[in-house]
Amino acid sequence: MTGTADQPRIAVVVFPGSNDHEDAALALAGLGADAVLVWHASSTLPDVQAVVLPGGFSYGDYLRCGAIARFSPVMAAVGEFAERGGPVLGICNGFQILCEAGLLPGALQANESLRFVACDVTLRVERAEVPFTSRCETGDRLVIPVKHGEGRYVAPPELLAQLEEQRQVVLRYVAGENPNGAQDDIAGVVNANGNVMGLMPHPEHAVDTLLGSADGARILGSLVDAARDRAGVARQGVAA
Amino acid sequence: MRATVLVRPKDGILDPQGEAVRGGLGHLGFSVREARVGRVIDLDVDAQTAADARAAVERMCERLLANPLIESYEIQIDDREAA
Repeated sequence: MTGTADQPRIAVVVFPGSNDHEDAALALAGLGADAVLVWHASSTLPDVQAVVLPGGFSYGDYLRCGAIARFSPVMAAVGEFAERGGPVLGICNGFQILCEAGLLPGALQANESLRFVACDVTLRVERAEVPFTSRCETGDRLVIPVKHGEGRYVAPPELLAQLEEQRQVVLRYVAGENPNGAQDDIAGVVNANGNVMGLMPHPEHAVDTLLGSADGARILGSLVDAARDRAGVARQGVAA
Repeated sequence: MRATVLVRPKDGILDPQGEAVRGGLGHLGFSVREARVGRVIDLDVDAQTAADARAAVERMCERLLANPLIESYEIQIDDREAA
């Protein structure tokens, strides 16, 4: 089984200590994807068109959040997938893992308040032409919940300047809603190629107005669209 | 061979834990201008010489024990057993 343009396949990686993989898979399935859970000990990825690293507390957050998960066997395959241009989305702990793995710039540290935060936040879309925000317009405001103790985005000044210059900041907390003291209100960043993104808020928890907001579906729906495009391209490649 | 790694938040990186410790010391009546909280990692390393142990621990720090973007580290090797 491989994904099709109608129903692209998206891997949701499960680490020991992940706890949002089921919600992520359910949200992606609701948006038309065939979401498959992949255990972290697998050294390969199935034939998928996108990868999601979900939230949670992989390896108990020991040492630093994400520091040990980045050495999970599957992460080499995720790195190769990203290298080939495949879209990879890290949510919360997934964002921390991508930063530790060097697939995204910067680091995530303890919230400035030292308190765990769990609340809705309003985000501003800073860039809409990446595979994770294609269903948005630049300047759109999205309401998506956060829930983390270590989500303060940190980068040295020269890296921050580079991120701004290359427009790698995709999502920012709007003024007054920065829940963790993140530098420059950064909530989500992409790599230089724009195919790997991490964000602290949880789009998978905001895919139905019954949950307070459906704005997360615009992020995950964008990813499903990107996966769909990739499945279509792969099929054309086979047909040619 | 015993090795100790001291991992510290780099200068300029906000350390809210250190700030909380400074505040707590202030409540106890101690006058402290700054507190920074790091981490100590004690290791028992398989190595023949102190130089080998240091080189190995250096690689451990770069790859896992510290995040060089935000943390600095210092390695101490105790080679008394070998002497």
